[in-house]
Amino acid sequence: MMSQKSERRSRLTTALLVAPAALFFVFLLVLPLLVVVVYSFGERAPAGGYAPAFTFSNYLNLPARGKAFFNTLTLAPLATLLTVLFAYPMAYFLAVKADVRWRLLLLALCIAPFWTSQLLRYYAWMMILGSKGIPSWLASIGIEGVRIINTPAAVLIGAVYGFLPLMIPPIYVSLEKLDRRLLEASADLGATPFRTFLQVTLPLSLPGVATGTMLVFILLMGDYILPQFLGGGMVFFIGNALVDLFLQSRNWPFGAAVSVALIAIMFVTIVVYMRFVLGHSGQRRVALV
Amino acid sequence: MQVYAALIYVFLYAPIGLIVFFSFNSGRYAMDWRGFSLHWYGSAFSNELIVSALATSLTIALSTATLASIIGTLAALGLERTKGWPRHAFDALIYVAIMVPSVVIGISTLIAFVTVFDTVNPLLESAAGRRAQMGTWTVIAAHVLFNIAVVILIVRARLTGMDRSLIEASEDLYATPLGTFRHVVLPLLLPSIVAGFLLSFTFSFEDFIIAFFVAGPDTTLPIYVFSSIRRGVTPEINAVGSVVLFVSLTLMLLAQFLMRSRAAPCSQ
Repeated sequence: MMSQKSERRSRLTTALLVAPAALFFVFLLVLPLLVVVVYSFGERAPAGGYAPAFTFSNYLNLPARGKAFFNTLTLAPLATLLTVLFAYPMAYFLAVKADVRWRLLLLALCIAPFWTSQLLRYYAWMMILGSKGIPSWLASIGIEGVRIINTPAAVLIGAVYGFLPLMIPPIYVSLEKLDRRLLEASADLGATPFRTFLQVTLPLSLPGVATGTMLVFILLMGDYILPQFLGGGMVFFIGNALVDLFLQSRNWPFGAAVSVALIAIMFVTIVVYMRFVLGHSGQRRVALV
Repeated sequence: MQVYAALIYVFLYAPIGLIVFFSFNSGRYAMDWRGFSLHWYGSAFSNELIVSALATSLTIALSTATLASIIGTLAALGLERTKGWPRHAFDALIYVAIMVPSVVIGISTLIAFVTVFDTVNPLLESAAGRRAQMGTWTVIAAHVLFNIAVVILIVRARLTGMDRSLIEASEDLYATPLGTFRHVVLPLLLPSIVAGFLLSFTFSFEDFIIAFFVAGPDTTLPIYVFSSIRRGVTPEINAVGSVVLFVSLTLMLLAQFLMRSRAAPCSQ
């Protein structure tokens, strides 16, 4: 009798603890996302916004924004790959070569820029890559007519800059956990350092690479500020198309269909990642910070 | 290897340094150095638009961080006692909240608010003669949603690493559940709660895209910065930016430190 009562009480406490967060999730996340799905089958109201309907025309119309999808789905993977290539040696340095006493500080210094204003950091790159930046320095040594800003190259540079801080930590974590005895064993068996790296270190650090890759890829796909500032309307992503559709042309149902398509692509990416990477390794936690 | 690492640090910090450097420029144009001056700091902080945008952003960030760290901590504690499908459903929602791009969060909350206002406003108007509209509070609501998920993840990481025997010991010594929470659990969780608070504050303070959708007529600092970058900037933006960068870098290093610090009471 007594224990039943206390169990009920404990359940009530649990429910009360979780309730506020649950309310937020239901009313500001789940229901709104469902409304977006509903909107995606609607029609644009004459004055902009949404008018109820049931049509697939918004989805059939997606190729109208094909350029945004194409840019996102080519540049985001390419930028992610470049970020891995730059991040790996840095993570290796931090996890293996750097002085143990300074390791965490050095790592924190790599991460910190990520949490400062994106707007300001990409604005800095607008200045560096803009006509008064690198192109004018190049002109002063005789290389004229270089244009970087508003090209895919500018977006790629910006992406590497923006997402290195997010790529380094997961790779660092997987390299740091690495059992040093394996490396010694490999050396004892006569492998050259390069071969040890290729056959022992690299494969064992792949889970970290995969985690970082997924994080960066997901964030890049939904990015708005980076293509807006460094692509300047010439190189635009799905995020830019969405802002345009919702705030400028006010074609909400079509914008909703584009959002659904974006989320679907991300969802597939995550599922593939879970299947192939998490299935093969023990690493589950994502080093978000 | 060391050279490479040094280059990476230069790569990461030079752009930030550039913003700070040109905030001291006496000239009017970016990338055109005309000598040292503190002029733009004075002019930025006497610009009413900037000051009010800053005040709006601080209000939003402080409210968001406070609400998110309280609600998130409570939820993390509650989830620790939950098993089965409710737990899985909640975990899924946490990841959805984090993974869905900010643009889409902005869009979906915008649609949700507009829908609610459209139904509620006729009633409100006839009953109280007022209309609900978007503004600071809708931004706070959308930010809290996202940051709850962040706080839950951080606090939960700490909770799972916590020594259960301390709680049992406290119970054996006849502490009430509330007493155990106040004297044992809360002090152990505090660093992660503070870290969650700082992260939420930064996220909210830096957010541009969600606010862009749901701020209504209000202007946050990132919205102001965004529009002035599009219009062509004055070094005022560099001055404000430098202050913001300094504050956020400090907060982030502090949060990193708190999250990585070991729980001292555990080892005693």
